[in-house]
Amino acid sequence: MNSWIAHLPVLPVVVPLMAGAAMLLFVEAQRRERTIIAFAATLANLIVAGMLAYVAGGWVPDIWPEGIAVYLVGGWRAPFGIVLVVDRLSAVMLMLTAVLALTSLIYAQARWKKMGPHFQTLFQFLIMGVNGACLTGDLFNLFVFVEVLLAASYGLLLHGLGQPRVKAGLHYIAINLAGSFVFLIGVSLIYGVTGTLNMADLAARVPGLAQGDHVLFETGAAILGVAFLLKAGAWPLNFWLPGAYGSVAPPVAAIFSILTKVGIYALLRLGSLLSGSESGAPAPFNHGWLFGIGLATLVMGTAGMLTAIQLQRLVAYSVIASAGTLLAALGLGGAEVKGAALFYLASSVLATGAFFMLSEMIVRTQQSGEDGAVAQADLLSPEDSPDPDFSDEVVGIVIPAAMAFLGMSFLGCALLVTGLPPLSGFIGKLLILSAALEGGAAPGSSPVSIWMLWGAVLGSSLIGIIALSRMGIRLFWGSEEIVTPRLHLTEAAPVAVLLLLSVALVAGTGPAMDYLGRAGESLSAPQAYIDAVLTTHAAPVSSSNLD
Amino acid sequence: METIYALAIGVLTGSGVWLLLRPRTFQVIVGLSLLSYAVNLFIFGMGRLLIGGAPIIETLSKADPALYDDPVPQALVLTAIVIGFATTALFLVVLLASRGLTGNDHVDGSGPEA
Repeated sequence: MNSWIAHLPVLPVVVPLMAGAAMLLFVEAQRRERTIIAFAATLANLIVAGMLAYVAGGWVPDIWPEGIAVYLVGGWRAPFGIVLVVDRLSAVMLMLTAVLALTSLIYAQARWKKMGPHFQTLFQFLIMGVNGACLTGDLFNLFVFVEVLLAASYGLLLHGLGQPRVKAGLHYIAINLAGSFVFLIGVSLIYGVTGTLNMADLAARVPGLAQGDHVLFETGAAILGVAFLLKAGAWPLNFWLPGAYGSVAPPVAAIFSILTKVGIYALLRLGSLLSGSESGAPAPFNHGWLFGIGLATLVMGTAGMLTAIQLQRLVAYSVIASAGTLLAALGLGGAEVKGAALFYLASSVLATGAFFMLSEMIVRTQQSGEDGAVAQADLLSPEDSPDPDFSDEVVGIVIPAAMAFLGMSFLGCALLVTGLPPLSGFIGKLLILSAALEGGAAPGSSPVSIWMLWGAVLGSSLIGIIALSRMGIRLFWGSEEIVTPRLHLTEAAPVAVLLLLSVALVAGTGPAMDYLGRAGESLSAPQAYIDAVLTTHAAPVSSSNLD
Repeated sequence: METIYALAIGVLTGSGVWLLLRPRTFQVIVGLSLLSYAVNLFIFGMGRLLIGGAPIIETLSKADPALYDDPVPQALVLTAIVIGFATTALFLVVLLASRGLTGNDHVDGSGPEA
């Protein structure tokens, strides 16, 4: 039993990889087999993520006493081999990915998976990339997993084709290729100076660098930080994001809402490990810089929400606004603020995921007329589908009271995105702001910056309300002709599940904040992580063989 | 040798960035390719430049690390080449799809020069 559990941390990478590869063995016509594999893998992924979250909570003390699970890939010891590490932060990211993956996979069953080849396979590889990036403890391995998730996302972005998607895809691929090169320069510069790629080993070695080497190291870290900020959608490196997220197929957009958070995860992880050294964090992870960038991103995202005509584009801008809120909050530093920011991260990922799926269903109610609706309907047209048997007449249960459902869900998503009570977006913002005010911020952060955060977050909420009310009025009340769409249960249920999870997050704020608060604390005290990685000697494989 | 090497990386990067900022998709992809060569050379250079050094340390005799080449950047370069090649190939396909859909090769699908 123990030897089986010891292999748990590698499963989030292995399961989607195997499932994606296995699906390729079936021809495109064998949909049922592919769908069964996809659901089995995604469910297994969710279960594994749940177990890992349990492990990271420190409830399995006989194997991983600190709640930090270290898996030595191939049995090679830490600085020499690649390690996978599960701590609370990784576990939270895995959970969010798994939940979002399952819901958007269900949503895709109704129509989107038929819009092009290999949707399900690419989807599994995307999950593998996100999981791997959140698990790995090795800098170059992080690059490889990020490339895996990007390669899958290129394919998914183009899913369904159409000219707007190809244009957005062209921009997205170009900027991410350039970003990957920046990433590589940063990684190799850091390797050249420190001679290690293991993040924990890096944290241990940096304080001992010579003065000249230290400057080079900081340069490498700054270059790496630029790559992460690009992925996180931070201003001024985020002009690709509205186009890409605004035109991609809705179930893909829903899973994409975790991608920007992977950039934020990487910033958090490296910032945490490197600031543990006496020298303080290098510039891009340094609090002052991150705070300013976060505020600028928040302003840009909020302004974009006001200008958006299409609903999906508006949601894309709200992704930028949430990234801005997170970066600004993390820029304030401090364990309590970090914990609160993680709560906000969870809430905003669920909210934008639900909103992207909902936006397509709402646009179906718009028959014709407004430019925005028409432009968006273009994106959703099945003309590009290579599948001849595509039709709107989906089989299965069609839910009643479609308009009531859409209206209520729109209201729920709007409350979540803008952070109004009673849903979890409000709790997330409230926790961040109160933690900042009550001295949860890093020592040395001036009261001016705390008030700037207050002003920016509250102001963006107000403008978000204006933008979303206007959009809601235009879509639900302002249209001449509203067609009541036929909503499939598999389309409505994922949105409902994500919204109910947000409600559950409100009801369970206490336990959730207990977990996330400790995750925030462990980020401010990375020594446990470093020790756990560097002292794990016995390879799980060999030890179980010896038994 | 370091100077020539650094100059080569600099020229490749400079040309790559300039081409990347051009409005034609073909220029962009050539720019990205040049950038990837520059980055691969840079990674390689990070393992110290050494002529005639073996990347595998002999453990039987007492080995002096200064005489040997660092194998890790070579492995990294190999991975980076494979990934860069694959993604550039994918970009080429998207480029052609965009050309077919819009009828011109501007990165935005249409431009002042189109």
